[in-house]
Amino acid sequence: MDLGFVIFIEMLYAVASLVLISAGLAVVFGMMKVINLAHGEFMMLGGYATITAVGLGVNVFVAMLVIAPLIVGLIGLIVERLVIRHLYGRLVDTMLATWGLSLVFIGLATMIFGNTTTGISTPIPGFTVGNYQINGYNFFIIVVAIVLVIAMLAVLKGTRAGLIARGTMQRADMAAALGYSPDRIYMATFFCGAALSGLAGAVLAPLVGLVPTSGGAYIAKAFITVIAGGPSLIAGLISSATSFGLVSQIFTFTISPVIGEVALLVAAVILLRLMPQGITGRFFKGKL
Amino acid sequence: MSLNRRDFLGRTAALATTTSLIPMAALATSDSIKLGSILDSSGPFDAYGKPMDQAMRLAVSEINAAGGLLGRMIDVTAYDTQSDMALYSQYGQQLTRQDKVDVVHGGILSASREAIRQTMRKSKTLYFYNVLYEGGVCDRNIFINGVTPAQQVEALVPYAMKNSGKKVYILAADYNYGQITARWIQKFVAENGGEVVGTDFFPLDVSDFGSTIAKVQTAAPDLVIAPLVGGAHLSFFRQWAAAGMKDKIALASTTLGVGNEHKVLTAAEGNGIMCAYNYSQELDTPENAAFKEKWAAMYDGDQSMHEIAVSHYHGIMTWAEGVRQAGSLKRDAIIDALETGISIMGPGGKVTVDPKTHHAVLDVHLMEMRDQQMKVIETLPQRQPVDTQAVCDLSANPDDNTQYEIEI
Repeated sequence: MDLGFVIFIEMLYAVASLVLISAGLAVVFGMMKVINLAHGEFMMLGGYATITAVGLGVNVFVAMLVIAPLIVGLIGLIVERLVIRHLYGRLVDTMLATWGLSLVFIGLATMIFGNTTTGISTPIPGFTVGNYQINGYNFFIIVVAIVLVIAMLAVLKGTRAGLIARGTMQRADMAAALGYSPDRIYMATFFCGAALSGLAGAVLAPLVGLVPTSGGAYIAKAFITVIAGGPSLIAGLISSATSFGLVSQIFTFTISPVIGEVALLVAAVILLRLMPQGITGRFFKGKL
Repeated sequence: MSLNRRDFLGRTAALATTTSLIPMAALATSDSIKLGSILDSSGPFDAYGKPMDQAMRLAVSEINAAGGLLGRMIDVTAYDTQSDMALYSQYGQQLTRQDKVDVVHGGILSASREAIRQTMRKSKTLYFYNVLYEGGVCDRNIFINGVTPAQQVEALVPYAMKNSGKKVYILAADYNYGQITARWIQKFVAENGGEVVGTDFFPLDVSDFGSTIAKVQTAAPDLVIAPLVGGAHLSFFRQWAAAGMKDKIALASTTLGVGNEHKVLTAAEGNGIMCAYNYSQELDTPENAAFKEKWAAMYDGDQSMHEIAVSHYHGIMTWAEGVRQAGSLKRDAIIDALETGISIMGPGGKVTVDPKTHHAVLDVHLMEMRDQQMKVIETLPQRQPVDTQAVCDLSANPDDNTQYEIEI
């Protein structure tokens, strides 16, 4: 019973971390169709922003939930103004440009922070479930992921700004004809995407040792999750994160962590073979 | 084969340049002795590599200050392999072919040693690998003075089991060091009447151990032994403490502390972890006190020396002693001199070359982490590398070129 609960929490945690890793990319790639290969580096910068802020004496939760997303969002804003805005609608070109950006970020982070592993301790103590101990921080990540999904849903569906953003992504010319500036809307959306990536990097920072090349570890998982999710932004994100999280955790528990990672990739290949349009290309059609 | 005028001119020119290079190269070597260094001074393994580089420079500056070797100064040619195994083969070739160094000291992970060992052997460049490792390398061209499993694991396992219990779980890095060390642990656990209830391997970039920690708990061991390697694996010890496992299941490691990880972890995360090494900063000997002082003087008060940095220092001092006794820089003369069983006194105690295996006879200290220090509990003096001695005899079989692995 206790074990069942522990495994259940670990699975929820795996799903939650996939949702976090992919949320920023879902906005930038899923909504705006910008293949952001610097997504992992946005996360890495979020991690460094957190560690630096904590080092300067800021409360760790403020650093993770406020400062890191803001800083990475602002970096995203600069990048959008300087590079990305010239490349909307040119899929392959954005890929090349953002790949270059990722190399620049890695280089800059190496220059500023050094090519050394850094990290902070988890701010939440572990606790006991029957005979087992669980990392209390896992719950924090699960909660952040749930709040994040609800917030995204609320903004996109419930507010006028969300409606305008979605409309602009579908038909920028129509939005312009109705008096909205697509340029501004794209800019704001990219800011949100980058901030989400920064948040993910910040929240995951206490669990890992951070180096400037850390972003590479996330980028593949993020793209797989978003692509397998399909056209619907949030339904796709949740459904694919859930399937991959479950598959990888089941194999991790029954066999080994290495097989768990392999199983995730195999599952992605099979899933895309059966549903080339992604999960939401077949199920949950028309959902957000 | 036809030869036209252009070809002929080109080849003659090439020939002329190569012949003219020879006296220049000879001139350069007669000035100074070239010591090649190849270490990961950046990237995930820099916690190991940076202090090793400092130790190397300290050893060289000491030797040079005392008048050098054979009346000649030592000149360092150093390459940073950036924790990238592919760069080892590249820089290994460069050291032997282009720089034509007299000796190479370096390599950290076993994978990196195996990446360059054959290059050194083929080019007849004397090679020192100064890091604790899984044992079994039998090659006359290499000298190794890190502790091997028979010196370390054989001491650590009974000590850790005595302090905890009979059921052991192993979490190891997924490459030759971790795989072979895990087998040694299994052997010594069985010999001490214990039982290994589980073994898991992790690629070097794995940093999420949540599910592993849950899995370890289902097996309910008394003791976890963790030969984990590098910066990413350090997060295991963080997550283990964050899950509150520290006080429930005893933890021992064959690698933690080798890169001064006990200073990166907080006291709460590190306290009570057991290990066994050749060196601890807390060793109370005059040699260690003098060494720490010299290090601080050279690096502005820095005290980042650790197990393998000290091994590296021992290795360079052993090589220097070999050169002095050989009175020559010829590889075979130095090997012959080292094979007489040269000893040096270093910060980690007395280190003697074992002629049969080219490994080292050295002191091993059982330690426990306390408040970011490695407290020495017990010293086991002058332990032989019996694991490698059982399979390797270079005096009987000097052409051997194998890494022997333990079979269970």
